[in-house]
Amino acid sequence: MSTAWLVVLVVGAATVLLKAAGPVFVGARALPPRALALVEVLAPAMLAALVVTQTVGGDQELVLDERVAGLAVAAAAILLRAPLLAVMTLAAASAALLRLVL
Amino acid sequence: MHGSRFRDGVRAGLPLAVAPLLFGAGFGVLAIEADMGRVAAVIMSATTFAGSAQFAAASILDTGGGAAAAIVAAVLLNARYAPLSIAVASIFPGSVRRRLVESQLIVDESWALAGRSGRFEYGTLAGVGVLFWLLWVGGTAVGTLVGDLFDPRAIGLDAAFPALFLALLVPYLRTRRALAAALTAAGITLALTPVAPAGLPVVAASLACLWGLAR
Repeated sequence: MSTAWLVVLVVGAATVLLKAAGPVFVGARALPPRALALVEVLAPAMLAALVVTQTVGGDQELVLDERVAGLAVAAAAILLRAPLLAVMTLAAASAALLRLVL
Repeated sequence: MHGSRFRDGVRAGLPLAVAPLLFGAGFGVLAIEADMGRVAAVIMSATTFAGSAQFAAASILDTGGGAAAAIVAAVLLNARYAPLSIAVASIFPGSVRRRLVESQLIVDESWALAGRSGRFEYGTLAGVGVLFWLLWVGGTAVGTLVGDLFDPRAIGLDAAFPALFLALLVPYLRTRRALAAALTAAGITLALTPVAPAGLPVVAASLACLWGLAR
């Protein structure tokens, strides 16, 4: 088997199991109140972590580039209660514009 | 149903649809450069269905890293799907087999959009998930065929994702606990990114938040 296929099969199988962890292995059984409280803060924690990796994440380094400017514009748009699509478009457009002129 | 319908999910995902299409094509291009082959690239998009892990695996193969390095990096990047899927475990209906299949529709965007109303909606997750899966797999196939036509970075697509996650994060920040969890997770991710392999910071940040609250 080629290296590529080995990677495709192992990563695919592992990812299927990771995504199934909740719906298959935990399922619809009621979580105890303490666990429910944890799930409630999991969402903001994961979203905050994703914001950081998607904004300054690099290959084992922090990268400050046009994404930071995009995020700042997005933050302003969110404060002004712009709809989701407008927030994303403004972020993408400002990063693209900076790349064009810099 | 859990308040939202499949159709609502597709509608919620449509404004973002250009992203999986273009990045799917980007992955297809990279996979060909890395000599993965067309079929393996499309199969990977259909089964793994997780952008960052696929890009990491393909670029490691492209730069001559071995299978082991590519596998470890990709699995680590996808480790976050364990806590993500546990958070939405209760919304999946039906038999074990159905839940196994439908749980594969969990990606960052479908998960985040499904939680937009404050509690997770099955219809939204499924609708966004199916739409993104089709575009991701289709985009990959196109990318392996047409090669490097454009750069998603040139139109700022990589800056649209942090904006999406920030917009979805803000409504959660009404309680002190949520704010503390978000700030802690952001700080840990920032601190670990330069020293830990990609993927680990996000997992470590969520585990630290859970541990801090569980005490």
